[in-house]
Amino acid sequence: MVARVRIPDVVRRGQPFDVRIAIQHVMETGFRFDDSGRTIARNVIHTLVARYDGVEVYRAELGSGIAANPYLQFWITAPASGVLELSWIDDAGVAGSERVPVTVRD
Amino acid sequence: MAADTPMKGRRRDVLALALAGGSGLLPLLPPGAAQAQMPTAPPPLGSGYALLVPKATQGAPVRAGRVTVDAPTLADNGHSVPVRIVVQSAMQPDDHVRSITLLSDRNPRPVIMKAWLGPRAGRAELATRVRLNGTQRILALAEMSDGTWWSGEADVVVTESACLDGS
Amino acid sequence: MRAVLPCAWLLAVVLACAGCTVRESADPGTTGVHAAPVRPVPLQQGSVFAPPSVQAMQADEFENPGMLWVARGAKLWRQPEGSGARSCADCHGDAGSMRGAATRYPQVDPASGQLLDLEGRIMQCRSERQQAAPLAWESEPLLALTAWVAFQSRGLPMQVSIDGPARPFFERGRERYQQRVGQMNLSCSQCHDANWGRQLGAETISQGHGTGYPVYRLEWQGAGSLQRRLRSCLSGVRAEMFPYGSQEHLELSLYLAWRAGGLAIEAPGVRR
Repeated sequence: MVARVRIPDVVRRGQPFDVRIAIQHVMETGFRFDDSGRTIARNVIHTLVARYDGVEVYRAELGSGIAANPYLQFWITAPASGVLELSWIDDAGVAGSERVPVTVRD
Repeated sequence: MAADTPMKGRRRDVLALALAGGSGLLPLLPPGAAQAQMPTAPPPLGSGYALLVPKATQGAPVRAGRVTVDAPTLADNGHSVPVRIVVQSAMQPDDHVRSITLLSDRNPRPVIMKAWLGPRAGRAELATRVRLNGTQRILALAEMSDGTWWSGEADVVVTESACLDGS
Repeated sequence: MRAVLPCAWLLAVVLACAGCTVRESADPGTTGVHAAPVRPVPLQQGSVFAPPSVQAMQADEFENPGMLWVARGAKLWRQPEGSGARSCADCHGDAGSMRGAATRYPQVDPASGQLLDLEGRIMQCRSERQQAAPLAWESEPLLALTAWVAFQSRGLPMQVSIDGPARPFFERGRERYQQRVGQMNLSCSQCHDANWGRQLGAETISQGHGTGYPVYRLEWQGAGSLQRRLRSCLSGVRAEMFPYGSQEHLELSLYLAWRAGGLAIEAPGVRR
């Protein structure tokens, strides 16, 4: 699963900054049929969690109403330089994660 | 919002034109198709939330306000509609947004997403791209740290592709 | 099906008289089947005809979902494959070696005399040089590699050769472009030469250039090749779709690439 994460070039101590993530995933709704008429099982990334130095800072539960190749933007604050870890899992149990080092400036 | 109706009306006009003028094309029309296009009054936008919202808040009362839902008035495609939700909040340890829920009363699964924030978020804002099963009113709920619930909404007209894509 | 039916009728009604609508152009005799090949004036990218929000999505390096395919392609480029466990990078080096490559496809392979598009070249390299299992047309790995290679030529003008061995392919592609097909009895030219810039429902008809391919199309909820887009068009006019990898696709692609000559590659494009 390919994913891309983007944070601003400059992060200020204690100031909110935005995190953007895009994950390559079909987000199969469970409402489509294959060529032989069988239902294609639902398979969406149902949970995404952001942790900063191990502390959960954001959690999202996603459904089939999220567009394919999900794109999410949210805000967090960093009290000090550290590592932002994003992890997610889909209905098939396939998990992914990305780690982004964050350097804060005063 | 009445934007749903005129648009459908225009499509029906086009169909009528095709039936009147393009008699050579008539045999392509499957039986019953014309009847299927007869006007039916769509339910008013947002009428599904009377049932959906109490489920999402577990019965807690909801006040309108403090939540802004930013979505295109006219979406290019129902498969990917950009949505931004902003909640007015100080985002301090004693006064912050606990969760944001995005609902659709026209999608087969009404809860599009639910996000848990905290004071560490610093800003109560999120953006994503959603699937919308046709023209509708979408609604966002914000749960505050004091236990109150607030809501905001946006109407989105979803346009369709002009060409049938069987690729 | 019922939902798309009125749209199909719209297409029929709008374009029924397309044949008699001749756009004013710098070149005389723009539309007839026997006319000399002409190009729209001025030439305009596919993205120009996309809604502003879609244009913005394409322009932003992070927001563009096609960049996920480019990112995957970059990984695959370095991944050893086949009996010799060689990666693309082992022979070609880094990204710089592919700069400009996409501007010259489709082209005739000198050894076999076959016309190859960019996908075809990647597949050939994979089977002959890497001796790896073939990638299926329109498979995700092939789209990713193609997107990555095409991305290296972003901003460079298209410049395919239509001389020498390419000429017969070009001429057949040009004829096919003018050929009325399908239940709607429409040619490519009737939309993309005679009616570009006009509205078709919520759509603005483009000039039909392939410079953004592979594109991320919202309608597809994913990336797709120019061949897939041609199949979409064919199904739109209710014609039989050409099989992936067929001569019809390749010849038409060569004509389109010549027709887009000078336009900058904008892959991965984003389309509605």
